[in-house]
Amino acid sequence: MSAFIRVENAVKTFGDAESGTGVRALDGVSLSVDKAEVVLIIGPSGSGKSTLLRAINRLEKLDSGEIWIGDDVVTARRADLRHIREDAGMVFQSFNLFAHMSILENVSLAPRIVRKVPAVEAREAARAILERVGLADKFDRFPRQLSGGQQQRAAIARALAMNPKALLFDEPTSALDPEMIKEVLDVMTGLADDGMTMLVVSHEMGFARAAAHRVIFMDQGRIVEQGSPDDIFAHPHEQRTRDFIRHIL
Amino acid sequence: MKKNKVAAAFRGIPWWLVLLIGLGAISLGTALTDASYRVIFGAVAKGFVVTLTVAVVSYAISLMLGLLLGLARSSRLRPLREASTFYIELVRGLPMLVILYYIAFVGAPAMAGILNGLLAPLIRAGAMQPFESRSFSFATRAVLALTLGYAAFIAEIFRAGIESVDKGQIEAAYALGLSPTQTMIRVVLPQAIRNVLPALANEFIAIIKDSALVSVLGVQDITQIGKVYAASTFKFFETYNVVAFFYLCLTVSLSMLVRALESRLRRESVR
Repeated sequence: MSAFIRVENAVKTFGDAESGTGVRALDGVSLSVDKAEVVLIIGPSGSGKSTLLRAINRLEKLDSGEIWIGDDVVTARRADLRHIREDAGMVFQSFNLFAHMSILENVSLAPRIVRKVPAVEAREAARAILERVGLADKFDRFPRQLSGGQQQRAAIARALAMNPKALLFDEPTSALDPEMIKEVLDVMTGLADDGMTMLVVSHEMGFARAAAHRVIFMDQGRIVEQGSPDDIFAHPHEQRTRDFIRHIL
Repeated sequence: MKKNKVAAAFRGIPWWLVLLIGLGAISLGTALTDASYRVIFGAVAKGFVVTLTVAVVSYAISLMLGLLLGLARSSRLRPLREASTFYIELVRGLPMLVILYYIAFVGAPAMAGILNGLLAPLIRAGAMQPFESRSFSFATRAVLALTLGYAAFIAEIFRAGIESVDKGQIEAAYALGLSPTQTMIRVVLPQAIRNVLPALANEFIAIIKDSALVSVLGVQDITQIGKVYAASTFKFFETYNVVAFFYLCLTVSLSMLVRALESRLRRESVR
């Protein structure tokens, strides 16, 4: 096993840092994720989970600290953003499917535009990926015509279409009705079984038990504790972790 | 039961439209039967083409210029943003009539001067005649003035459209590796333009009405021909009836189209 994503001493402040009114979203976070490892990040809202995820594919710029994806330095001033984002796909809480395109176009857009794959080939590949997430009959639908669960599966397919080496999930099931959560988690578990490197911000215990290799508990911009799902959920060491686990269970 | 249905259908009728169409039908009927109206119709109809041409050409160019200005206005590059904001605020702060006078009597000589400066070698060599203010017809100056004025309004519409697109769409595009330019062209603009389509169409109606201003430069549009005809025949009432009829035919039918477009877009966004 080798570290694929490495974060070292990440610091990020929102608002005015110097006057002290700013909010420290990341307060010296270090983390490494191995190839094919599935890491779950939990923690109260405002603990910096999403910021950490967004910093890894440079949707957010760090104040200080370094991040690597493979051999790319994400935090470099002249980082190859295209390459970084091809390597690490992202799935959002609110799906963010392109509203003016069919599902098939959503999935085939980035390969066509970024990778310059011929349109016919890109659509062919998109169909195969959509079938894999169980949306074989929805190619021509627009995002607003799909349920939340279907939209999120389409969004996962869109990220997969770029053949990412890792996937970042930012609360992928938080915006879903309970009966739709399972269909999304099933797709995610399938990816984990296939050896995808995954960093998932979520409180889904079912997914943690089924797929996560490691669980990280964050609070106030720091990693408080990490360990196997069983360690963190059943035998947490830190008081803060215990309090939090009690609240979400 | 049946009575209720009739009453409901009766209430659903847009009476303002019935009235307008009735008025139009009466006008048309009079124009065909009344000899003096027929003459006025024939005269003013010549201006109809000019009005439409001025409006369509100005609108088409101001759409392109407005899009560029709107993009600059929402750019991350500060100089671009400042420059386009400067232009937009300057132009929006002036009456259209003043812009028209400026372009016609200040802009045209200035343009001639600039072009002569740029093409000085060619002119000295005798390859071409130097430009004069006269080289630019008043119709050209009128179109230029309307274009520059409306580009500012249209730029603000495009900016509003660009800002109306959900930030999540942009993040998703970035996360897939699209560059900011690709994201703008493929993801933001298609949705932005859709959102502001009715507003853009309304600007076309506005430019048709403002095109009447070009009559102050002597351009032979509906208003100018009407003005001249009325002054020479003293048939003010009849002439301006005809003038109003022509404008209303254009503007009312277009605003009906905009309504249809709006309700279609609303239906699609709900579906």
